[in-house]
Amino acid sequence: MIGQKGQTPSGLPAISPTRGETGWSRRLVTWLSGLQAVAPTVAPYSLPPCGGDGRQARGGLYYVLLILAVVLTPLPALAVNPDEVLKDPVLEERARNLSGQLRCMVCQNQSIDDSNAELARDLRVLVRERIVGGDSDTQVIDYVVSRYGEFVLLKPRLSGKTIALWSMPAVLLVVGGFCVFVMSRRRTRSGVEKPLTPEEQARIDALLGK
Amino acid sequence: MIIEIGHYALVLALATALIASILPVIGARRGDTALMDLAPLATITLFCLVAFSFSVLTWAYAVSDFSLLNVWENSHSLMPMVYKITGVWGNHEGSMMLWLLTLTLFSALVAIFGRNLPDTLKANVLTVQAWITVAFLLFILFTSNPFMRLDPAPAEGQDLNPVLQDFGLAIHPPLLYLGYVGFSVCFSFAVAALIEGRIDAAWARWVRPWTLAAWTFLTAGIAMGSYWAYYELGWGGWWFWDPVENASFMPWLAGTALLHSALVMEKREALKIWTVLLAIMTFSLSLLGTFLVRSGVLTSVHAFATDPSRGIFILAILSFFIGGAFVLFAWRAPQLKSGGLFAPISREGALVLNNLILTVSTATVLTGTLYPLVLETLTGEKISVGAPFFNLSFGLLMIPLLLAVPFGPLLAWKRGDLLGALQRIYVVAGMALVAGFAFFYAQNGGPVLAALGLALGFYLIFGSLTDLWYRANFGKLAFKIAFARFKGLPRSAFGSALAHMGLGVTVLGIVAVTTFETEHVLEMKPGMRAEAGGYSLVFDGLREAIGPNFTEERGHFTVSRNGAVVADVWSSKRIYTARRMPTTEAGILTFGASQLYVSLGDPMTDGGIVVRIWWKPWILFIWGGAVVMMIGGFVSLSDRRLRVGAPSRRAKPVKLAMEPAE
Repeated sequence: MIGQKGQTPSGLPAISPTRGETGWSRRLVTWLSGLQAVAPTVAPYSLPPCGGDGRQARGGLYYVLLILAVVLTPLPALAVNPDEVLKDPVLEERARNLSGQLRCMVCQNQSIDDSNAELARDLRVLVRERIVGGDSDTQVIDYVVSRYGEFVLLKPRLSGKTIALWSMPAVLLVVGGFCVFVMSRRRTRSGVEKPLTPEEQARIDALLGK
Repeated sequence: MIIEIGHYALVLALATALIASILPVIGARRGDTALMDLAPLATITLFCLVAFSFSVLTWAYAVSDFSLLNVWENSHSLMPMVYKITGVWGNHEGSMMLWLLTLTLFSALVAIFGRNLPDTLKANVLTVQAWITVAFLLFILFTSNPFMRLDPAPAEGQDLNPVLQDFGLAIHPPLLYLGYVGFSVCFSFAVAALIEGRIDAAWARWVRPWTLAAWTFLTAGIAMGSYWAYYELGWGGWWFWDPVENASFMPWLAGTALLHSALVMEKREALKIWTVLLAIMTFSLSLLGTFLVRSGVLTSVHAFATDPSRGIFILAILSFFIGGAFVLFAWRAPQLKSGGLFAPISREGALVLNNLILTVSTATVLTGTLYPLVLETLTGEKISVGAPFFNLSFGLLMIPLLLAVPFGPLLAWKRGDLLGALQRIYVVAGMALVAGFAFFYAQNGGPVLAALGLALGFYLIFGSLTDLWYRANFGKLAFKIAFARFKGLPRSAFGSALAHMGLGVTVLGIVAVTTFETEHVLEMKPGMRAEAGGYSLVFDGLREAIGPNFTEERGHFTVSRNGAVVADVWSSKRIYTARRMPTTEAGILTFGASQLYVSLGDPMTDGGIVVRIWWKPWILFIWGGAVVMMIGGFVSLSDRRLRVGAPSRRAKPVKLAMEPAE
């Protein structure tokens, strides 16, 4: 099974989604030096192609290894295969919906529903097994998160670390709206109530020929 | 030899850019016309040098000169000529050259069309453009030089990434860059205004055509990229909320806001400081996008190569320009005289609402894109922020904005009549609901939300026509008179109506395809039949085929409706020989605005093959709407009021307009 230590079904190196063991300064340096902060620690050439779209293509550097990788692996499939599809359309619909929310961990920003990587396929099968086994949607998600960590969720849960993310639109809207309100009131008042200075009045009188 | 000349032209360009970035600004400070006059001359020279250098690189690609490292890495002698040429910008170095070429092109256009600008403003604007040019020239020369030689020269190149071997590469990057980089002009105008410490409605009038042009190209570029991803990536999606897509979408959102706030500033002298800030932010987002895509912080098909030194270099450019502009803003903005008052219920009030929501949407996309990076850097925890998050947050923000769109043009400046506008909108909303539910009924149901979504699309389309209808006064005046009035409306009125209508068309496409799309995944053997969207497809079998630089397996399908054959379609899986890289070439059939999308999966052991068939109703509306928006942009751009240089035929009215706004 996937998730067991040391062995993944596709022969990929095991990936720990939470490899946060170093201090922040070190990580900042790592990030600044342009190392893949987003990409998992898998060497690019050992990744199976996702979606057949060459998002993993790296140019000339990994040329030879890429040839080897492609020659040694069969052609990629696209996302869901017919043999995975559940008989019951209601359950299948739930499975599709859940797969759309789970991330393919070896791809770039693809859901397991879109990806054809082996790991994504295993996760899809896993989700379907749990659904057939009688789990609710929440239980399936909880189970997957317990094995792979929060990283697997494309829509992060509301928690201490994501509160800034989730509240950002509302807070900005309120703050921005307040600023606009204050500004429009201040402008209206200062604009309307500002009386003419005596010199200006005198000039107007002169112009009007009074 | 010619390569070295091209390389040298780039170095010479750096020297020219340095002159253009120092002397004119001194001239503007001292009021020295000779120094200021240097700016347009140097700018045009700069463009010529960069254009020459770029053509040399293109020539090297066209003749497959593999003694150039860059050509060897990204080209192949067997590639069709069109891909050899587009391959110039299908890699990191070349795409930075295209960036630079676009930048110098815009600078040159400002120099040529800006004859009627006040001398100091023009000198300052061109200087700021030159600063950006210097930064990118340094970047190219020191970290991404496309003119590196290989000795001995290899006999054959390594081929271009197969995904990029498509006509899309010929259109998408140039259009996108025209948009992205076009906003640099707005940025330069903003910084120049801050340097001069004065700003007025005339400033907004000069900036608006550049904003409009950049916005129009960016719209086209994003739409083109989306369509390309749709047909090339082989799973029929058209927007993935990929960080790279977000990087181009953020300047678009901010640019849309800028377009509207510049309007308020031009007409009402309000929102001056905000407009300047927005102009800075829009280009900052373009730079940020360049950084995210080019530094390798994000990995995708767009990140051609990852090299730490490049990432740090772009980060430095980013910090310098964004940081510098904001510091300048914080220092100078309080000195700018803010003017103009507005009532909440007025056209400017509606435009402020537009700006508020668009800015918050931009911030939401920005936060969602960078949050995982920042969180991991600060705490080491990894989370993902993907499509489900953006669909929810961005979608919720868009609903009030879209509902408010038709109100804007119907409200008068200064003090609008909300009740009057409501009375007009109410007819439109009724018609839209009827149309929405009619289509809903024709589709035999679906979620009720779909009907409301469709109604929203129709509401935007009808709403945009309403403005024209009332301005021409069709209901009250005799048709002939009203039609004459209609013809006499300013082009900008048609432009904005078209842009808003295009938005409605896009909304229709998005709603229709997300709610009524059907997908079939099945294993097919020759002779088998599948049904999708009222059409039936018969699989006729696979055939091997050989292209210039790939081999493929093509599946043939005969498509019929009610027993009559209407079309046939090929769908294939390709292997590009040089890189041994597989791609899927989907078979796409267009029926009106809807499409049938057929894509091949794995062959099975028993001789069958996995086939995926999608019926995508009204999908072409998504990009069709963008095309309508783009036409709107061009129509508006051709308005006499905005035409660059048009007022110069009279005796310098500009001088008057640029009185210091103390």
